[in-house]
Amino acid sequence: MIDFYLHLHPLVQGTLKGLAVICVIFPIAGVCSMAERKVSAWIQGRPGPNRAIVPWAAWIPFIGPFLQKLGVFHVMADGGKMLFKEDSLPGHVNKFYFVLAPIIAMMPALTTVTAVPFGAYLDEAGRVVPIALANVDIGLIAVFAVASLGVYSVILAGWASNSKYPFLGGVRASAQLISYELSMTLSVIPLFLWVNEPGREGTMGFARVVELQSNPGFWGGAWFVFVMPISAFIFMTALFAETNRQPFDMPESEADLVGGFHTEYGAFKWGLFFVAEYSHMLIGSGVFTLLFLGGWNPLPWIPLATLVDWLGVTSPILVGLLSIVIFVTKVLALIFFFMWIRWTVPRFRYDQVMEIGWKKLLPLSLLNLVAYAIGIAVIQS
Amino acid sequence: MAVIQVERKPLTFAERTYVPQIIAGLVTTWKHLVRRKDTLQYPEQRPAIPPGYRGVPTLVRDPNGREKCVSCQLCEFVCPPKAIRITPGEIPLDAPHAHVERAPQAFDIDMLRCIYCGMCQEVCPEEAIFLQQQYSMSGYTREEFVNNKARLYELGGTLPDQHFKWDKKKSAEERGNEH
Repeated sequence: MIDFYLHLHPLVQGTLKGLAVICVIFPIAGVCSMAERKVSAWIQGRPGPNRAIVPWAAWIPFIGPFLQKLGVFHVMADGGKMLFKEDSLPGHVNKFYFVLAPIIAMMPALTTVTAVPFGAYLDEAGRVVPIALANVDIGLIAVFAVASLGVYSVILAGWASNSKYPFLGGVRASAQLISYELSMTLSVIPLFLWVNEPGREGTMGFARVVELQSNPGFWGGAWFVFVMPISAFIFMTALFAETNRQPFDMPESEADLVGGFHTEYGAFKWGLFFVAEYSHMLIGSGVFTLLFLGGWNPLPWIPLATLVDWLGVTSPILVGLLSIVIFVTKVLALIFFFMWIRWTVPRFRYDQVMEIGWKKLLPLSLLNLVAYAIGIAVIQS
Repeated sequence: MAVIQVERKPLTFAERTYVPQIIAGLVTTWKHLVRRKDTLQYPEQRPAIPPGYRGVPTLVRDPNGREKCVSCQLCEFVCPPKAIRITPGEIPLDAPHAHVERAPQAFDIDMLRCIYCGMCQEVCPEEAIFLQQQYSMSGYTREEFVNNKARLYELGGTLPDQHFKWDKKKSAEERGNEH
């Protein structure tokens, strides 16, 4: 089986791997929409959706009703509804771009995952080898470059809708993205200054970042969230703004813009926007986990290799699965944090969003960069 | 009214970063997240109805199983939306409660008209009509919402009676109305 796979053409291999990853991300994004409903319900003192059940599941004792209470079957109901309801196309829109926008929304969301490693295994020599679709050296730059294309879908949707509220949503999205992209990029520069110590081959890849968080010793094993808390904070805040999540969901802003950029959308096209938003969140959380939360290392100061040593697992496949589970757990915890914030913090006003972006986060990230640059220069020279 | 000047303190640095407030908010929402839920699973769980609740108007029987309504039609007259329609009737002479003389032949309450004001209950001299605890009416046709006499007694059931007015009257009659 494995031999057969390894003898396939590299293009076919790549396609298969890509499809496998998409087949994981797409359902997770769907389940996230359910989780969002459940978390919002729990925070508001409600049980949340808990009625739908399929007959075969009702026959399973305990597990069936438990899944029903968790609302698992509502995912199917929601998805089915999204797929089969009438996909209306308003008469006043620019039809080509109107249809194109949700497709463009999906593309960067699913493209960025190629550069994000999501696990690791140990080879014969005991070295940690990251698992990724493409473990490239430009890792973070690739993610930043492609992820920011996601805003084009919002702008395109807002413009093609030919209606003032979606248009305002699109304009806000572009302004907000530009404002926060800066601080986001500046916040990770100290981290990569530290990673690219003198005398080493330069890299912007995630593998090296995680490697530096899995060394022995107090500073070697510390996750970067402890070493660079301000960077982590700025990155997190900018991530909220980039993924259009509350308290920064200006483009949607259902209170003042009806539904923002997707006001005119419905059915499956609207669903694609939704899945794209969650995919963005997944990738963003993945990047945050890799940069600041130690990637696939189970706990601070306990790297993956140590855990594998304790458990006595040797098979690379098992180690790989273990690391993927650890990584995905962290990512899902972050997604929960996103939702928790969403149902806690009210939406900022638009001028506050701009003020926070330009007058607070940008100077803070610049100061942070200068301070860490001096510190790193002193330590590494 | 005196004007009270509220002193507006400038925000502290910590407040201007929003962070302590957001953390406090997260703590609050977390408490709500793990707390017992406030909602009932409605059709299976029903709320406890307090005594004195004005639900659907019903007709009641006394503990001896006698229908209390004597079709005086006061409720019909007092009903503000004219939801009650009574056809008076007589009790046959051979019935055990023949001395009461009158009972409704038909008693309809149109629940699409009823405003649950409780005036029928208030005005009834026989304590025969009560707004009880049923709060949910549903149906597919307008006809289903007209409660007829049988349905009204089914909803009302039997309530305790303090007076047994007609039983006392009958026994007094049998003793020859002494005084």
